Amino acid sequence: MIRFAHASKRYPPGMDALSDVSFDVAAGELVAVGGHSGAGKSTLLKLIAAIERPTGGAVLVQGQNIGSLKRNAIPYLRRNLGVVFQDQKLLFDRNAFENVMLPLTISGFPPHEAKRRAQAALDKVGLLARMKAMPIMLSGGEQQRLAIARAVVSRPSLLLADEPTAHLDAETAADVARIFLDFQAVGVTVLIATYDTNLFPRARRLVLDHGRLK
Amino acid sequence: MSVWLPQHVDAFRTAMRRLLASPVNTLLSLLAIGVALALPAGGQMLVNNALQLARNSAPTPQISLFMKLDAAGSASEDIETRLQHHPDVKVARFIPREETLARMKTREGLADVIEALPKNPFPDAFVVLPVDDRPEAMERLADDLRTLPGVAQVQLDSDWARRLEALLKIGRTGVLLLALLLGVGLVAITFNTIRLQVMTRRAEIELSRLLGATDAFIRRPFTYFGIMLGLAGGVTAWLIVAAATWWLGAPIAEFAKLYSIDFTLHPLSALDSTLLLIVAAVLGWLGASLSLRQHLGDN
Repeated sequence: MIRFAHASKRYPPGMDALSDVSFDVAAGELVAVGGHSGAGKSTLLKLIAAIERPTGGAVLVQGQNIGSLKRNAIPYLRRNLGVVFQDQKLLFDRNAFENVMLPLTISGFPPHEAKRRAQAALDKVGLLARMKAMPIMLSGGEQQRLAIARAVVSRPSLLLADEPTAHLDAETAADVARIFLDFQAVGVTVLIATYDTNLFPRARRLVLDHGRLK
Repeated sequence: MSVWLPQHVDAFRTAMRRLLASPVNTLLSLLAIGVALALPAGGQMLVNNALQLARNSAPTPQISLFMKLDAAGSASEDIETRLQHHPDVKVARFIPREETLARMKTREGLADVIEALPKNPFPDAFVVLPVDDRPEAMERLADDLRTLPGVAQVQLDSDWARRLEALLKIGRTGVLLLALLLGVGLVAITFNTIRLQVMTRRAEIELSRLLGATDAFIRRPFTYFGIMLGLAGGVTAWLIVAAATWWLGAPIAEFAKLYSIDFTLHPLSALDSTLLLIVAAVLGWLGASLSLRQHLGDN
């Protein structure tokens, strides 16, 4: 599903975010990427989502080489991924339901089917009753769950999450972690960058230290 | 099923929503575009009306030839023969002075005056239709006719109409120039409006890209926005011109009546109206496209 082969990412003017990182993730695996802040976890996720391109080595996602991917092919790669961003990136000018609809509108889903799917995704994270609520009205945990609903609404085979439990209290964090486990249970490959790998006891752990795998 | 149509419908709805979301801004943009387009459109309307007036007033260019008052009747006969054999004259119609007098007597108010005159004040006259009605040829023919014996005056009747027409052609060029300049203004207005739209929707654009939106998907609502803004501006301009026509109509009709001219102010023709709307939409699209190229960037 994912293969890093001696992958590096250097930001100008010479800061190495990732150095010589190699690992494989098989389909259906649950992987927790740990490490201190600034160890390169976010960069690793950005390489998978083709938000950044590697400056050395190769990154393959679903058989596609991120380094040589054409610009106009990137949207189609991203449609097969679900990403929960560190800053969530919810749109505050539209309600929960409309936030979840966005990925389906983008990929051109038939409206009727899209509506059904969006409601199913909201139901899955326990927000169906709040679908008309604006994000600002939601609690931190609810906002995080909304971000997850948006990430999974297109039923991607690969789900990426960047610090999905940061800023949440222990109980809410455990709730959110459980949602990811549920997705892995139905066959989704899940890769989570987290400072607290203990939240995912059954996950395979990768630990980054100053851009290198330990 | 093709996703093409629903996506366009969706982009259209999004653009509509954005237009209605800030009614004051939209209204101001529409007024700016409307006024900018109304100037050349109104100019076109006026020039067309004036051209029509000029053409109606001088259906065929002709030359009037007046004999000297003291010329003998034989002189007129002599001229008539000469005119009929002149190679540049198509038709020459003789109007005897008696006929003119009789005609003038039927005119309201003139009858008494003419009655009071001791003798017929009108000369014999000819109306000459030339073979070649281009201005230079007519001028040459008129000069030629002036040399004939017994001729007092030769007048090119269509002269003023032709001059007016020439002047109106300059006017039309002026309208075109104005349209070009204000068209550039319209592009600038849409360019800036779209720039502001892109800036306020940065977050949404960035997120859409991360969720797998193609460039076309992101551009589409903005492009529709530009086209709709241009088109609505065109409609505004049309309304402004229509209102001005309606407003000017009554005083112009009164003026024309005073001068016994058969003239009513016509509104923009269907063709010109369609053209106005198409041009407005195309300029809106152009402004949006240029703005998107500038402000959406490549990543």
